[in-house]
Amino acid sequence: MQISVASGKGGTGKTTIATSLALSVDNTLYVDCDVEEPNGHIFLDPRITERVSGGIPVPRVDESLCTHCGLCADVCEYHAIVVIKDKVLLFSELCHGCGGCTYMCPVDAIEEVEREIGIIEKGIIGAKTFLQARLNIGEPMAPPLIRKEKTFLDHDKTIIIDAPPGTSCPVVQAISGTDFCVLVTEPTPFGLHDLTLAVEMVRVLGIPAGVIVNLADIGNKDVWTYCEREGLPILMEIPFDRRIAEAYSRGIPLVNAFPEYKEKFSDLYHTIRQRTAS
Amino acid sequence: MKQLTVISGKGGTGKTSITAAFAALAHNHVIADCDVDAADLHLILDPVIRKEEPFFGGRLPVLDRDICDECGICADQCRFDAIHAFTIDPIACEGCGVCAHVCPRKAIIMEETQNGHWFRSDTRFGPLIHARLGIAAENSGKLVTLVREQARLASETDKKDLIIIDGPPGIGCPVIAAIAGVDLVLVVTEPTLSGIHDLERVLGVARHFAVPALVCINKADINPDNTATIRTYCKRNHLGIAGEIPFDPAVTKAMVAGQSIIEYNDSFVSEGVKQMWNRIMASLQDKSPDNPSVKIP
Repeated sequence: MQISVASGKGGTGKTTIATSLALSVDNTLYVDCDVEEPNGHIFLDPRITERVSGGIPVPRVDESLCTHCGLCADVCEYHAIVVIKDKVLLFSELCHGCGGCTYMCPVDAIEEVEREIGIIEKGIIGAKTFLQARLNIGEPMAPPLIRKEKTFLDHDKTIIIDAPPGTSCPVVQAISGTDFCVLVTEPTPFGLHDLTLAVEMVRVLGIPAGVIVNLADIGNKDVWTYCEREGLPILMEIPFDRRIAEAYSRGIPLVNAFPEYKEKFSDLYHTIRQRTAS
Repeated sequence: MKQLTVISGKGGTGKTSITAAFAALAHNHVIADCDVDAADLHLILDPVIRKEEPFFGGRLPVLDRDICDECGICADQCRFDAIHAFTIDPIACEGCGVCAHVCPRKAIIMEETQNGHWFRSDTRFGPLIHARLGIAAENSGKLVTLVREQARLASETDKKDLIIIDGPPGIGCPVIAAIAGVDLVLVVTEPTLSGIHDLERVLGVARHFAVPALVCINKADINPDNTATIRTYCKRNHLGIAGEIPFDPAVTKAMVAGQSIIEYNDSFVSEGVKQMWNRIMASLQDKSPDNPSVKIP
C-alpha cells in the first residue's frame, strides 16, 4: 500500500500530514520525495543507517577514439553534448541520462559514468523506517533523484510518500504508482486554485484522491463547494490553532504535540484502505 | 532596468502575498509570475489578458502503428520505462528521442508538443506576464525563462525600469531559471525549523549563481526564538534583513477579498511591507560595497 501526500500550493501542511500519518500507523515507511526542500527529518528525527549517492549516468568521451562526427550532439534533445571541430563539449547538468549518445556513437567512444546529483538516506525512527533524498545545491533536476530514491522502497511496509509542491514533473515522479493521493489544501483562493490543478493532475495519472482541509476556519467555504461538486471526499479538517503552528515551528509532529490526533490519523488510514479496496 | 525575484525555498511562506503588495507599491514596473506550475498572483492582480500564446516545451515521440512491427527495441532502450505494450506513456516520457533513433522501421517520429500557455496582461498595477504550465507537463524551467524574456521585452517596449518576479518554491530548475542574472532576490522565510532549513538551502543556490540576496522573516512573532536564530544566521553570513512582518489574519482576508494587503487595510503588516519595500529599493539603487545585499555571503 502506497499513500502519497501532495498539495499544489506549498506550505499547506503536506509534511504535517505525512509525518503524523507515518507515526500513527504500524509498519510504515515514510518517504520524503520533496528532494529540493526535504523537511520530514526535522519532525521525525530519524537515525540514518545508510547513505548512498544518487546520480545519473552521463557520457564520458574517449577523445582518442572519437572521430568528431557529431552524431551524439544530433541525437541529444537536451543540448548536453556539443561537438566542435575537433573537440566534444559536455554540459552534464543538462543531461537526463537517456543514453542516446552512447547508443548512437558509431565508434564506441562514449562510456557512461555516474554523476552525483544528490544523496539518498535510509533511516529508522523506533520501529518505523525512513527514506529521504536531498538534491545537491545548484542541481536543477529533481525527477531523476526521486526516481532513484523510489528504487529503495520496501514494499512490505505501508509507504507514505511526502511529495513536493506544484503540479509538474517532480510531483508526478513522486506520486506515480501510489494507490491513493491525499491532497492537502487550505480554504483560501490560493489554496483552492492550486487544489484544482492538483486534482487535474491526479486525474490525468488515474490516482484516487481525497482532500484534507488544513486551517479549516480561515478563508472562505469555496473549497467545500468545489469538493462537493467534484465528488472529492473530505478526509479530515484541521482548524487553525496557534498552538499547532507553534509546535510545527519547533519541529514537533502534530500527533506528538496533540495525541488526540493519533486516532484521527489511524481512522484516516482505514478510510483510505476502504476506498482503495473497493 | 532592475530585476527583483521573490523566492522562499519552502512553499507557503507568503511569497505571492508579498509580491502582490510590492506590485501595489512599485512605480513604473512590469510584474512576472514565474511560479508557472502553481501560479496564484493573478488571483490578486485580476489581469485583463491582452495576448495569449502557446508554449512549446519540447518534443515527444509519436508512434505510427501501421509501420510498427512490435520488435520491442524501443522499450528495451527506454531508460524512463515509458513504453509498455508498444504504447508510449507521455507522462513517463522525458522526450529524449532514443526510441525514435533506435527504431529499425522509423515508426516513431518526434513532434513539438504544446505544454502550456503564456499571457501578457494589464492589471491595476501595470503589465503582468504570466503562464500556465500544462498539467503534469515537463520543462517548467524553460517556461520560466520564456516568461522572464517576455517581461524583459515588455519593460523595454513600455520603458519600465523594474521587473518584479514572483518565484517558485524549491531549489530546482524553475528556481534557478527565475533567479539567474537578477539584481536581487528576496528570500521570504518563516520562523519555523522547516523555514530555516529551507532558507539555508535556497540561499546556497543564490550564492551558487552569484545573485545578491536579502531576507524577509514573515510571521516573525509565531516563534521569537526561531526569529532570533534567523537574525543571528543572517548577521553571521553578512545577509541583510529587509523586513520582519508579523502574523496577521488580515493577510488571508485580503486574499479572499482579491486585494493586496496594501489596499486592504493600514495594519502593522502593510506598514512593515512598505518599510521593507523602501529598503529593497534603496538596496537595488545602492552600489556601495557596504550594501549587505551586494556582498555575496
